[in-house]
Amino acid sequence: MMNYFPDEVLEHVFDFVTSHRDRNAVSLVCKLWYRVERFSRQRVFIGNCYAISPERLIARFPGVKALTLKGKPHFADFNLVPQDWGGYVQPWIEALARSRIGLEELRLKRMVVSDESLDVLSRSFTNFKSLVLVSCEGFTTDGLAAIAANCWFLRELDLQENEIEEKKNDWLGCFPDSCTSLVSLNFACLKEVNLAALERLVARNPNLKSLKLNGAVTLEALQRILMRAPQLVDLGTGSFVLDRDPNDSETYKKLRATILQCRSIRNLSGFLKVTPRCLPAIYPICLNLTYLNLSYAAGIHGSELIKLIRLCGKLQRLWILDCIEDKGLEVVASTCKDLQELRVFPSDPFGAGHTAVTETGLVAISSGCPKLNSLLYLCQQMTNAALIAVAKNCPNFIRFRLCIRDPAKPDPVTMQPLDEGFGAIVQSSKRLRRLSLSGLLTDRVLLYIGKYAEQLEMLSIAFAGESDKGMLYVLNGCKKLRKLEIRDSPFGDMALLRDVGKYETMRSLWMSSCDVTLGGCKTLAKKMPRLNVEIINENDQIKFAHEDSQKVEKMYLYRTLVWPRDDAPEFVWTLEKLLFTPGVLLEDQWSSLTN
Amino acid sequence: MESKVAYQNELNLKATELRLGLPGTDIESEEQALSCARNNKRPLPDNTKECGLKGSSDDAQHSDHEAAPPAKAQIVGWPPIRSYRKNNLQPKKTEAEASGIYVKVSMDGAPYLRKIDLRVYKGYPELLKALENMFKFTIGEYSEREGYKGSEFAPTYEDKDGDWMLVGDVPWDMFMSSCKRLRIMKGSEARGLGCGV
Repeated sequence: MMNYFPDEVLEHVFDFVTSHRDRNAVSLVCKLWYRVERFSRQRVFIGNCYAISPERLIARFPGVKALTLKGKPHFADFNLVPQDWGGYVQPWIEALARSRIGLEELRLKRMVVSDESLDVLSRSFTNFKSLVLVSCEGFTTDGLAAIAANCWFLRELDLQENEIEEKKNDWLGCFPDSCTSLVSLNFACLKEVNLAALERLVARNPNLKSLKLNGAVTLEALQRILMRAPQLVDLGTGSFVLDRDPNDSETYKKLRATILQCRSIRNLSGFLKVTPRCLPAIYPICLNLTYLNLSYAAGIHGSELIKLIRLCGKLQRLWILDCIEDKGLEVVASTCKDLQELRVFPSDPFGAGHTAVTETGLVAISSGCPKLNSLLYLCQQMTNAALIAVAKNCPNFIRFRLCIRDPAKPDPVTMQPLDEGFGAIVQSSKRLRRLSLSGLLTDRVLLYIGKYAEQLEMLSIAFAGESDKGMLYVLNGCKKLRKLEIRDSPFGDMALLRDVGKYETMRSLWMSSCDVTLGGCKTLAKKMPRLNVEIINENDQIKFAHEDSQKVEKMYLYRTLVWPRDDAPEFVWTLEKLLFTPGVLLEDQWSSLTN
Repeated sequence: MESKVAYQNELNLKATELRLGLPGTDIESEEQALSCARNNKRPLPDNTKECGLKGSSDDAQHSDHEAAPPAKAQIVGWPPIRSYRKNNLQPKKTEAEASGIYVKVSMDGAPYLRKIDLRVYKGYPELLKALENMFKFTIGEYSEREGYKGSEFAPTYEDKDGDWMLVGDVPWDMFMSSCKRLRIMKGSEARGLGCGV
């Protein structure tokens, strides 16, 4: 029936289908729908930049305007992936620039971005509007200067937690006077900024809704900026420090008055440095906040922190440090009845100290905030009883990430593994999509996960399990599993090789410090031409014995439609190296890969 | 028997030991008492944690040597925290705002006292300005020879020994650590301080 509609009608209908997963599904219905969908698709999401090539992207979606690319595996965040592993955006930008793609938005996560890439990007797409870089590296403020200078219609420049080398240039001053289209600007991860240029930029961009400043922006400057931008919805303060008594400070008085004019602020972050006695200036904002991120505000703790929280009755998302302690979490529980997302980070990230939150705080939250659906909780200890209570109070978890400081720590009350606790979570939260485990865990928890976590897409396992059976419970049970990352767990070749077809239904599998051997990896690589199996060998380049029985330190495999990448460094062994025909593939391997 | 002899020997050695200090003072026990006091008064999480970990009463002595707690084997990538966060979180311990030094301020003739946090001020000028604002008076020029000239007020403070001192004579840091309370003297009493005795 749909075949009798002209393409334009189909296109119009597809316009309402926005999520990339739904669009992928639409494209599989029939050849006609595939064709119409691919020409009308504007937003493309590529979860692994090595799964597909830029040329194939361009060939299939010539109308793409917004592209999301992710590079390194998630465990790269924790220094488990060596420098120079890969994830370069350069080939993508070059290919897109050569084509006639009218790219407008680019969002990159965990990728290596060079100044040259940013320069080419800034010059190649006249309508370029939005650049979002998350956890990227490899570029300097010279690259930012190119973006500022050349992207005349830029609406969004969002730099989140990147490692950026700062040159002595004034990149912010490179925004031309004609740049008046900014809606979102985030440079919190930089150390310096030209204050005068910043103030002028804010003054001429009246549509600015989201502004996240860095530590170089003083309280005085913040006051002047807010005067010019009372329409802000999203504010990240820089340095909230006053070196005199606030009661004696003209600046502080002015700030208080200015903030009263900022009636639209709903998201607040920053406070990288803070004089707690200046916090009353932001109390008027707290009443309307829906998102509060104090996860870098080490200077706010104790009674000051609690005073602040008590004012935030409408919070939906809260990111804080563990100096809030269990007592503080009880205040959150009684104040923030609409809370959906909570993240508790350690105030002492190097792990030498004591984490000040325990199971008590989490149970309090669960009982006060039944709408909770997303949790990241780093704590000192956890009990089964607490997890069971949490599971009962909050059956709506979509994301549940628990990290107990000591690896493989049992329930301190019963000395039992935490299998039952996590089991309760997966059983009660039927919509759970992401789960991170910690504490002492046996194969039993993996059995529960395989049995109950039907919607699970991403699972992180560390220092857990007892045997290959554990990993198999998960692989067999979780039908929607896309990403599985495992470290320091006793899973080996038997589990790895039992159901090799499973990996083509997933984005990737990471296994480090497990019992998988070189021989197991080779077998897998041979059997599955559409998987890239990578072995990362940074420590053992010379010593690696080339023996099949040797355990592999780190293995990362992912489905792909392209050849094993050619940008892999020495210490990453891909298919060629695995099969030990250096440089030249055997004839029969070639044909199996290209058919 | 043996131990008694050893003890007696020890005593003798101590008696003949050459030390700087007044006869009769036992410097060692003073130091120990001080460090105990320090530990009791400063509830920084790390110190108490160290004491807690070791769990013995000898902690007070050992903490003088700043022995670090036995380092846990560092596991790469654990706890799972983004490197960016690790590198960019300002440690709470080095925050100057961590603990204020609150002292009472009285002014002769004023109906009630005030309290100020000495840590807020970088030096004497700011402190004196703040006092002037707080009590609505002027202080006058400070000179080492004559104290505060030009007004009938003199800012004084009580130090650790219980003596009333003129504000401004000692370096600011020394003042911050020795000042127990402030008093703004007025009238003849104030002028008395300024003159040599």
